[in-house]
Amino acid sequence: MSLLELKNVSKIYGELHALDNVSLKVEKGEWVSIMGPSGSGKSTMMNIIGCMDKPTKGEVLLDGVDLAKQSKRNLTTIRRDKIGLIFQQFHLVNYLTAVENVMLAQYYHSMPDEKEALEALERVGLKDRAKHLPRQLSGGEQQRVCVARALINYPEIILADEPTGNLDEANEEIVVDLFRRLHEEGTTLIVVTHDPEVAEVAQRTLVLRSGKLAKETVNPNFTGKIRFS
Amino acid sequence: MSKQKMFFRMIIASLLRRRSRMLVALLSIAIGATILSGLVTIYYDVPRQMGAEFRNYGANMILTAADEAFTRSDAEQGVKMISSGDLVGYAPYRYENVRVRENPVVAAGTDFSGAKKTSPYWKIEGEWADASGELVIGANVAESFRLKEGEALTVSYTPESGEESGEVLVDLTKDFTITGILETGGSEEDYIYMSLDDLAELTGSEGTLDVCEVSVSGGADVLQGYVNKINSGSNAVRARLVKRVTASETTVLTKLQALVLLVTVVVLALTMICVATTMTAVVAERRREIGLRKAIGAPDGAILREFMGESMLLGLLGGILGAVLGFVFAQQVSIRVFSSAIRFRPMLVPVTILVSVAVTGLASLMPVRSATEVDPALVLKGE
Ligand SMILES: Nc1ncnc2c1ncn2[C@@H]1O[C@H](COP(=O)(O)OP(=O)(O)OP(=O)(O)O)[C@@H](O)[C@H]1O
Ligand SMILES: [Mg+2]
Repeated sequence: MSLLELKNVSKIYGELHALDNVSLKVEKGEWVSIMGPSGSGKSTMMNIIGCMDKPTKGEVLLDGVDLAKQSKRNLTTIRRDKIGLIFQQFHLVNYLTAVENVMLAQYYHSMPDEKEALEALERVGLKDRAKHLPRQLSGGEQQRVCVARALINYPEIILADEPTGNLDEANEEIVVDLFRRLHEEGTTLIVVTHDPEVAEVAQRTLVLRSGKLAKETVNPNFTGKIRFS
Repeated sequence: MSKQKMFFRMIIASLLRRRSRMLVALLSIAIGATILSGLVTIYYDVPRQMGAEFRNYGANMILTAADEAFTRSDAEQGVKMISSGDLVGYAPYRYENVRVRENPVVAAGTDFSGAKKTSPYWKIEGEWADASGELVIGANVAESFRLKEGEALTVSYTPESGEESGEVLVDLTKDFTITGILETGGSEEDYIYMSLDDLAELTGSEGTLDVCEVSVSGGADVLQGYVNKINSGSNAVRARLVKRVTASETTVLTKLQALVLLVTVVVLALTMICVATTMTAVVAERRREIGLRKAIGAPDGAILREFMGESMLLGLLGGILGAVLGFVFAQQVSIRVFSSAIRFRPMLVPVTILVSVAVTGLASLMPVRSATEVDPALVLKGE
């Protein structure tokens, strides 16, 4: 059984089909990129997979559970237990330090553990910035805190919606490198991006157009390393 | 680290690291709590304050003889049952018929320092008498006999005849100096006033008192309490209230307290609205944070708890500040309006804090509850 399976999923806003009869499978441990022009439904799909939204039609099976049939409360629990979210904007609680922001995810998940949170920050190379507030961190550093927060509870799947959209090349490379290491550890990754270089590092790239799956390419020489042209 | 510890760590961080925002909220809560505790302090102190004020209008209790006669020491014993904090003053009176220039006049023996306290509205042209041989005469007496202050006056007294004994009755006389002329607008202007000792000397007997006027501060209940106490504790005197005075005082007091209560209620309502608006604003600007917390997996209940914990802590701090500042506020009002210090009421401290916490909590409940309904996907998409 695939970790994630979408069966004929549509999301309809009035006349607009933000997602139009999309079906796809993602295996455990896979690294998938999603591309497509603006408004093609990428975020809509990520929100549905990330338990923040429900499809109008179709089934979304995560670990065999149909997300489309869950209550809001159940969705919150599933999101907390199985999913790590990373956004384009570096969403951090602005009055909590880097380590406290990471601990927040532990707090809602199980038990806050400062030592473990510091280890997560060390993994993203921010050990010495642990006591800084978000406004004292650069954009790249903030996004790395978000990555640390997303991985702290060992989620089955990490969903990143344009995680490098606001980063320069150097920081982009750091974040992609973090994804590679997570992939090596067996984490399933779905990354939305506009950047072909970021998309290419994944094993598979899906392209959405007007809410439909338009193209699917498999990266034959997958290394997980970013190559700048 | 335990969940509880993290909970408080977050709340404290929010209060300390968002200081300027929190100060505004704290200020609005503290001002509300200050005015509330100040007004309630005044509300409770008004009877005491006004009681003292009312005593400018004369005695409100009268002691008379229980059966035939009562003496000075009977009166003193009765007065002793009133606690010294509530007793403003008392003045014993003994009335005798005397003659001035062969005309009958009523002489009153009293204690001038006591009369000054029980009848502060008496107007004396000249001086109050304070030594033996000094006399204060009513304005009507002064007019009839064309007397002025500073003049000498001889007062004579005819002892009651033991009719069968056939004694030759000799008039007793005493020389006085008039120190002042009394104007009250009442029957007091027909009398002449001297000390009890002088009257005893003039009449040749200690005699008995006719009445003792007492001025007590306190509400109708306090006064009635003393009346009952004296009546059950003394065989010689009977106490009663001057109904006309106490009844009108009670009316004024009730109206004044009702006014303060009304103002307090209005202020409390305004404070609640003010705190609610502030908390709504505080929560509104944190919708994104709430959305983020939900996205990370926070259930609504947890978010509600965190925000309520935060606002109740604010309420606690504001309440403590308000309890302290409220007393200062009441003290200032009291000194300005009643020119006397206010009585500190320890009970009002926990009450103020509790009300403050409850009001702040209630005021934040609605905005926080509506904020937990936000769709995290929508908020987080925001620019
Ligand atoms: N809540 C909503 N109500 C109505 N229409 C919506 C809503 N959310 C998204 N849409 C519409 O659905 C379509 C897909 O939106 P979506 O955010 O998924 O695009 P996207 O592929 O993520 O674009 P971008 O690359 O700009 O982020 C858009 O046309 C958008 O206007
Ligand atoms: Mg998008």
